[in-house]
Amino acid sequence: MGLPTEAVGALAEPLAPVPEPEPPARNLTPRQWVRLNLLSSPLNVVLTIVFGVVAAWVIFRLARWVFVTADWAIVRVFLRLFMVGLFPADQLWRLWVSAYVLAATLGLTAGALAAASAQRSAATPGERAGGGRTVEASTVESAVDPGRHDAGWTGRAVAALHRFWPAILGVVVVLSFTRTPLPAILTVGLVALLVIAFAGGRRLPAGGRRWVWLALVAGIVASLQVITAGPDGVGWDEWGGLHLAVAATVAGIALAFPLGLVLALGRRSSMPGMRVLSTGYIEVFRAVPLVTLLFVGQYMVGFLFPTSVDPPSFLVRAVIAITLFEAAYIAEIVRGGLQAVPVGQVEAAQAVGLSPPKVLRLVVLPQALRAVIPAMVGQFISLFKDTSLLSIIGFIELIGVADFATEQPRFQGEGLRPLTFAFVGFLFWAVCSTMSRESQRLERRLGVGER
Amino acid sequence: MASQTAATRPPPWRDVRILRVAFQLGAVVAVCAFIAYLYDNLTANQRALGIETSFDFLDQQAGFRIAYSDFSPSGTVLEAMLVGLRNTITVALLGIVLTLILGTLVGIARLSSNWLVRRAAGTYVEAVRNVPPLLVIVFVNSAFLVTLPPIDEPEHVAGLLLTVREIGVTVPQGDAGVWTYVGLLAAALVAAVALARWRATVEARTGRPARPWLWGGGLVAVVALGAWFALDGPIVLSRPEVVGRSIEGGVAMGLPFVAVLVGLVLYTATHVAEIVRGSILAVHKGQTEAATAIGLSTTQRLRHVVLPQAFRIAVPPIINQFLNLTKNTSLGVAVAYGEAMFVTRTVIGNGNPAIQSILVVMAMYIVVSLIISLVANLANRRLRLVER
Repeated sequence: MGLPTEAVGALAEPLAPVPEPEPPARNLTPRQWVRLNLLSSPLNVVLTIVFGVVAAWVIFRLARWVFVTADWAIVRVFLRLFMVGLFPADQLWRLWVSAYVLAATLGLTAGALAAASAQRSAATPGERAGGGRTVEASTVESAVDPGRHDAGWTGRAVAALHRFWPAILGVVVVLSFTRTPLPAILTVGLVALLVIAFAGGRRLPAGGRRWVWLALVAGIVASLQVITAGPDGVGWDEWGGLHLAVAATVAGIALAFPLGLVLALGRRSSMPGMRVLSTGYIEVFRAVPLVTLLFVGQYMVGFLFPTSVDPPSFLVRAVIAITLFEAAYIAEIVRGGLQAVPVGQVEAAQAVGLSPPKVLRLVVLPQALRAVIPAMVGQFISLFKDTSLLSIIGFIELIGVADFATEQPRFQGEGLRPLTFAFVGFLFWAVCSTMSRESQRLERRLGVGER
Repeated sequence: MASQTAATRPPPWRDVRILRVAFQLGAVVAVCAFIAYLYDNLTANQRALGIETSFDFLDQQAGFRIAYSDFSPSGTVLEAMLVGLRNTITVALLGIVLTLILGTLVGIARLSSNWLVRRAAGTYVEAVRNVPPLLVIVFVNSAFLVTLPPIDEPEHVAGLLLTVREIGVTVPQGDAGVWTYVGLLAAALVAAVALARWRATVEARTGRPARPWLWGGGLVAVVALGAWFALDGPIVLSRPEVVGRSIEGGVAMGLPFVAVLVGLVLYTATHVAEIVRGSILAVHKGQTEAATAIGLSTTQRLRHVVLPQAFRIAVPPIINQFLNLTKNTSLGVAVAYGEAMFVTRTVIGNGNPAIQSILVVMAMYIVVSLIISLVANLANRRLRLVER
C-alpha cells in the first residue's frame, strides 16, 4: 500500500514546479569507470589509445621543459619588470599602498553588493520568473560555495581554492620567483585585508550601502594619487608590465562605458538622426582592427588638438584609441541588454506618467545593465588581452617586457623568448581564466543565458 | 473640434514632436561642428609643420620590398598597399577554412563520451582561449619556427619541408589530361546525386533500405578509378625541394605567414569550438529523446535532428569569429608578415604622410568587414526563412 500514498502526494500539487531529481549517485568501481568512460566502443578504444599516447607525450615534454630544461633565471632577474615595468624601485611602496587602498574599497563594495543581492533574492523569492529559478539559484550558490552550510573555515578555504584556483596558482608562481619574503608577506596582508573588507561590507547597514559607491570612487582616486602625487610621484607614462595592462584595461572600460551607453541608446532610438549617427560610429569602429586604431592614436590624434595645446602624451593617445574602439563594442553589449527589457516595462512606466528620462533611469537601465554584467566581464577580459597590442606601438607592457628582457646583455641571443612568452602567457591565463569563471558563475546566477 | 485640439496642444517647448526634431538637429549639428573643429585643427597642424595633405603619394614609387612577395621597389605606394591587402585576405581565407575544421572537431570532441578526448579538448580550449592572440602568434614563432634548420639542411616531416626561411608543402598538381579528369568527375558527381535521389525515393516508396549513399558513392568511385587508370594518373604530387637558396615545387610559405596562420587558427578555433559545443547543447533535449523514441540511429539523429538545428544557432556567431580572425591578421605586424598594417607601417616609415596612409588602410578594413557582414546578413536571412 506504499504506492497510493506516493501517487496522492504527487497529485496534491500538480502544478508546482518539480525540481529535476538528482541523478542517482553512481558508485562505480574503477574498472566500471574505465569501461564506461574510456572503452565503451571499438572507436573509443582506438581514441583512448591515440589520445593517451599523444597526451602522455605532450605532458612529458611540457613537464620536462618547465621543470628540467628551461632555466627560469631570466624571470627571476626581471620579475619586477614583468610586474611593474620600469617603475622606479625606490618608489615601489607607492604601488603597495595603492593596492592596499584599492583592496579595502573593492572588498567593501563587493561585500555590500553581495549582501544587497542576497537580501533582494531572500525578500522576493518569486522575483526570478517563478519558483524554479529560485531553487536553481540557491542550489548553484551552495554548489559553488559548499563551505557555506558546513560553516567551518576549512570548508570555506577549500571552496575558495576551488573557485579561484587559476588566480591562486598565478600568485603562488609569481611569489616563487621573488628573492625576499617581503612581497609574499605583503601579498598575504593584501588578501587578508580584502577578505576583512568583504566581510565588513556584508555587515554594512542598509543605509550605509548606498554610500559605498562614493567609497569606491574615493578609493580609486586615492590609489591613483598615492602613485602620482608629490615630487617623486610616478606619472603613468612610466608605468609598465602587468600594472600597465591592468590600468589601461580599467581606464579603457571606465572611459568607454558612458560613450557606449549613449551610442546604444542612440542606436535603439526612434529618432532617425540619432540612429544614423550611432550606427555609423559603431559599424566603422567595429570594422577596423585595434592595431590600426592604435596607429591612429600614435600618428593622428596629436594633430586633432588645437595648435596652441601641447599634444597629449603617448599613453593618453593610446588610451583614447582604446576608448573609441571599446565604446563601439560596449554599445553593442548594452544594446543587447536594452533589447532584453520587455516592452511592457516601458509602457507601464509611461502609463504611470514617468517622463522619458525617468523611464530610462528608473525602469529600463537598471534592468538592462543588470543583464549585461556577464557580457561586460567578457569585454573586460577581451580588452585585457588586447592590451598586449600596446607592445606593437612600443610600450613595455607584458609582451613588451618579454621582448625587452631577452634583449638585455646578460640574456641576449640565448633564445629565451619562448620562456618569457610562456611566463607572460601564464600570467594572462591566470587573470583571464579566473575572470571568465566568475563571469560564467554570474551568468548562471542571473539566469541570463536562459532568457 | 479642430480649434479645441489646437487649444489643448502644448506650447512648442513642451511639444514632443518639436522637441524630437530640435533634439536631433542639435545633435547632428553638434557632431558636425565637432568634426569640423577636429578637421580644422588637423589642417592647421599640418600647415604649421609643413606636412603634405594630398593623397598624391599613392602614385609615387614605393622604394621598398615586401618580403615573400614579387613586389618590386619600383611599384607605386598604392600597389604596395594592395599587395598588403592581398596578403591579409590570403591568410584570412586560409585561416577561416582551417579554423572551421579544427574548431568543429574540437567542439564535438568536448562532447565526446570518451573522458580522455573530452578532457584533452577542454584543456586546449581553456588554455589557449585565455591568452592574447598576439602572444599565441609570437610564441609559435619563437618556440617552433625560429628553431627550424637552415635552408641547406632541410628537414622532411610528413610531406612538409621545414627550413628556417620557408616551409614547403606537398600539394597535388595537375598533369596531362587533368581537365578531362576533372570534367569526368564533375559529370559523375552530377549523375551520382541524381542516382542517390532516385534511390532515396525508392526507399521512401518501398520502405526497404535502398542505400542511396552506397549507389551514389559507388558511381563516383568507379568513375574516379576508371578514369585515373585510363588517363594514366592525371594528378601527381608536387614535392617541395630545396634548389639553391629557395624552395621549388609544392607550395612554399614564408615563416611569418605560417606564424600568423597557425597562431590565429589555434586561437580562433577555441572560440569556434565553444560556439559549436554551445549550439549542440542548445538543441532542446526533447528533440534528441523524440528522435531516439521514433527509432533513429545515432547517426540519423545527429544528421536529421540535432545538427540542422545546431547549425542554425551556430552560424551567426561563427561568422562573427571569422570577422575577428580577419581583423586579427593585423597582428602580423609583430612577426613582419607583409599584411596591410605592416605595409602601412613601412609606408609611413619611408616618409610618406602618416594620416593619409592610415585613412587608406582603414578604408580597406572597412570594405573587407562590410563584405563579411553582408555574407553574415545573407546567411541570417536564409536561416530565418527556414525557421517557422
